Amino acid sequence: MTPSFEQTSPDAKPVFLVERDEAVAVARKLKNDPRWQMDFCSCVTAVDYLKEDYIEVVYHLYSVALKHGPVVLKIRAPRDLAQCEVPSLTPVWRGCEFQEREAYDLFGVRFTGHPDLRRILMWDEFKDHPLRKDYIPPQDYEWEPTPHGEVLTRAKAQGGTIPPSAVVEVKK
Amino acid sequence: MEMTDDGLKSELQKQGVFVVPVEFLYNWSRKSSIWPLQFGLACCAIEMIASAAARYDLARFGAEVFRATPRQADLMIVAGTVTKKMAPQVVRLWNQMPEPKYCIAMGACAISGGPFKDGYNVLKGIDRYIPVDVHIPGCPPRPEAFIHAIMTLQRKIEQDHLHRMRCYNKESPAEYPIPAYGEHDLEPPANPEVWQPPKDYRDVTLDEVKRG
Amino acid sequence: MSTAGVIETQTLEVSIGPQHPSTHGVFRMNVTLDGEVVVKLKPVMGYLHRNHEQLAEKMPWIASMPYTDRLDYFCSMSNNWAYALAVEKLAGITVPERAEYIRVIMAELTRLQNHASAIGFLLSDCGAWFTPVLYAFRERERILDFFEAVSGSRMMCNYCRFGGVRVDLNEQTLAMARGIVERFPPFLDEFEKLMTENEVLMARTQRVGILPKALAIDASISGPMARASGVEYDIRKVDKYGVYDRFDFLVPVGETGDVYDRYMIRILEMRQAVKILQQALRDIPAGPCQNPAVKFRNFKIPAGDGYGRIESPKGELGFYLVADATGKNPYRYHVRPPSFINLTVLEDMCLGHKVADVVVILGSVDIVLGEVDR
Repeated sequence: MTPSFEQTSPDAKPVFLVERDEAVAVARKLKNDPRWQMDFCSCVTAVDYLKEDYIEVVYHLYSVALKHGPVVLKIRAPRDLAQCEVPSLTPVWRGCEFQEREAYDLFGVRFTGHPDLRRILMWDEFKDHPLRKDYIPPQDYEWEPTPHGEVLTRAKAQGGTIPPSAVVEVKK
Repeated sequence: MEMTDDGLKSELQKQGVFVVPVEFLYNWSRKSSIWPLQFGLACCAIEMIASAAARYDLARFGAEVFRATPRQADLMIVAGTVTKKMAPQVVRLWNQMPEPKYCIAMGACAISGGPFKDGYNVLKGIDRYIPVDVHIPGCPPRPEAFIHAIMTLQRKIEQDHLHRMRCYNKESPAEYPIPAYGEHDLEPPANPEVWQPPKDYRDVTLDEVKRG
Repeated sequence: MSTAGVIETQTLEVSIGPQHPSTHGVFRMNVTLDGEVVVKLKPVMGYLHRNHEQLAEKMPWIASMPYTDRLDYFCSMSNNWAYALAVEKLAGITVPERAEYIRVIMAELTRLQNHASAIGFLLSDCGAWFTPVLYAFRERERILDFFEAVSGSRMMCNYCRFGGVRVDLNEQTLAMARGIVERFPPFLDEFEKLMTENEVLMARTQRVGILPKALAIDASISGPMARASGVEYDIRKVDKYGVYDRFDFLVPVGETGDVYDRYMIRILEMRQAVKILQQALRDIPAGPCQNPAVKFRNFKIPAGDGYGRIESPKGELGFYLVADATGKNPYRYHVRPPSFINLTVLEDMCLGHKVADVVVILGSVDIVLGEVDR
């Protein structure tokens, strides 16, 4: 969807859902258009929609020059790790740099055109993307009196190496 | 002090001569000048700083000389959440400290992971990798609790026996293995010499219980 | 100041941190040096990544409130407010007037103690080993006493609730707050007398770590750091959240954008915060401190997403929340941490300076690792 730039009241929080290939153009337009002047990219994050099978990258933009906002920019990418890539907006707003790296680290979204796309929070050897909804944490739970039923079910489904102390269904 | 009798001892004391075992002197001097490692991990570090600041004044206990290098420190205060990314560095620092050394696990996170226990990047207690002498519960513990821990540690140092100390035992390992960054978790997830996973009592059969 | 052509030199790579007294926690910088001059600097973080976001997605909305205390552990009250504000925005909850005033009082007191400690640590980094921190912590303890009297905890206050605050202020606690506010300007005068015109401080901080205005906006720098570079942007003025439109206060803005400006902005902001506090404590109305319509059991939020932000002492603290159809707990919970994003320009500020200045520049950013790594 191409947004219309005729909308005059950005206080109404317009949300633009843009296609991946036109995201950079839209971002540049939002930044440079004298009526919008979205020069401050405040918040970048991703949301993993497991059922709908896509990951949505969300940008919240404000204007320091005109003191209005936010304008929300959403870009969707398929959940599949091989295809999960969106164009990076770091060339447009420098402030996206670390936040896009974080989204790459925790969600596995590859930002094409990012100058330095590495893991930022987890270590480099780490393979998983832990904020995805289907992430299975490592099995280092101690047995404790609070139920971990859901975790155990998922661990069993994975068939991984589970310490014997963990494979106990919690009886209610 | 089995060798001197009390009468002689008090008589000597009147003349300004104190007869004590070497062990006492050794422990007394160590406990009165603990040098902690200046090493804060998270929220608890701020309370640690507050303890060293004017109101709580840790200097009264001779433990205010925070050293920035592990080579000069003999107390490691694990003040805050130990994440899996940080754990190898903590163990490395511990290895770099000279013996005899002590460890205080400050706060719920350092003890067991605390409120962040369920996190994928949070180590569930530093005692999985290094031996801990004093645990301070609390999130974060108040400076008074921290001072109490220092006093507890001083009592512990007081009771050390030279011939039983770990550092003088040639067979005990000089260094603790440093975990490596794995693809999903730290490898190994715990040091089995220091820590074993608690056994679930429901795994134990009745016969085993009877046998003890 | 490369000596190329005169002597063949090699660059030296130094890893500062994660255990280093000047990194304010477990932050790490990989610095490449040419002699003593920084030619490259890469921040490495994640040593305190405590999975706040993932944990919050697994628990009910209100259960995340104590976790927000532990984000920026100097400013738990403002963190509470930011989260409460985001949820209130998403769920359409109104807040009684008295609660809004109490929140302002708490947030501004938090700003006082945060800025005082930040300056103390900055001066520590300049080489005044721990002494300024002692002055700052003396004042901080008084404010923490007040927090403890009100909320029951010194640091982790867990004070705000959706639609209000947990405990009302009574006459004693209000008098306590007035006492703190009365005593604060003399402390600031003393602090400034020691430092503002101190030659060593000026030599170490002026023209060091300059951040140009255009870069500050482009790199999403917020808070005192952006204002020191001349960006006139304060969310208290722009968004007018809470009851900030009722107070008369100024937003100090710097010119050069160097470390000294960042120090000065914090001093001036503390003076303005005192001004806000005086007005808030004078005008605080009677009434309930909690919206009775908000229920805590089975608290649900209609599906949707929202972004709420406040001007925390470190900068723009925002929460991006997504509620799904069940609405019992957040489907997505994201924190926009100011000090994390303020680190984006660390390399730009440090290039060309001596390695000893890196420590000072980092101190002037005022980071808290709980927030950087979450």
